[in-house]
Amino acid sequence: MNENLFASFAAPSMMGLPIVVLIVMFPSILFPTPSRLINNRLISIQQWLIQLTSKQMLAIHNQKGRTWALMLMSLILFIGSTNLLGLLPHSFTPTTQLSMNLGMAIPLWAGTVITGFRYKTKASLAHFLPQGTPLPLIPMLVIIETISLFIQPMALAVRLTANITAGHLLIHLIGGATLALINISATTAFITFIILILLTILEFAVALIQAYVFTLLVSLYLHDNT
Amino acid sequence: MASPVPVKEKKLMEVKLGELPGWILMRDFTPKGIAGAFQRGYYRYYNKYINVKKGGVAGISMVLAAYVLFNYCRSYKELKHERLRKYH
Repeated sequence: MNENLFASFAAPSMMGLPIVVLIVMFPSILFPTPSRLINNRLISIQQWLIQLTSKQMLAIHNQKGRTWALMLMSLILFIGSTNLLGLLPHSFTPTTQLSMNLGMAIPLWAGTVITGFRYKTKASLAHFLPQGTPLPLIPMLVIIETISLFIQPMALAVRLTANITAGHLLIHLIGGATLALINISATTAFITFIILILLTILEFAVALIQAYVFTLLVSLYLHDNT
Repeated sequence: MASPVPVKEKKLMEVKLGELPGWILMRDFTPKGIAGAFQRGYYRYYNKYINVKKGGVAGISMVLAAYVLFNYCRSYKELKHERLRKYH
């Protein structure tokens, strides 16, 4: 049982070929390109959702920050669709791999920081010292702020990985417990099944929320630096 | 087996059974040909089920069901051990 639990998180490869590339590219098939003014229902729904999200997300940015609109929207679309597809039975979720999340978090965070340093050097450096700190505390506070700056990409990546992985693990465990309890006591199995249903609903929410949080934080870091 | 139309240009349903191996060998297996086959298949499915005036949930749920099936086949080796059998 112990080995089975983590086997679903291993990178998939069929006959030695790494098909994880195929699985990462799969969500792109579900978002067709709009080619007309009035499209079919699938594209219209997706367009409406993207407009809703982008208006909400880009409202706080100035002109310079809004050049990141495409990046942020594709980010939330990718993470949201990948997480939701991972809730299907037997599927592999790429966002459970820390390598992929680090690959997303570090370049984006570094982009925001470097943008800040290039265009508003003084203001970016000023972020290291909150206003109104007493004079003796300044050296220590600068060190603390530097550490908290460098922890941002790690926190972004690990937050996403841990949330999705923990959710999937819980579903596996409680599902296994339900199955094992059926022969022992039907009522307990039923209660466990209800817990499983609630957990699945939570996982749907978490999938979307994690995407949102990731993107929101990147946009926040951007806002600080533009 | 003499046919007035050359074997290569016939569609699959019109190829006689004896001519089938020859027909398969004459298909275009270059990368461009394979890419073209995938493109044709994709647009055939898309235009039939999704790019219609009143598309339903069936179009996309067939894709998701195929995805689940694909992942099931991929992880069958590990799932084999979880069947309810006396001897594994």
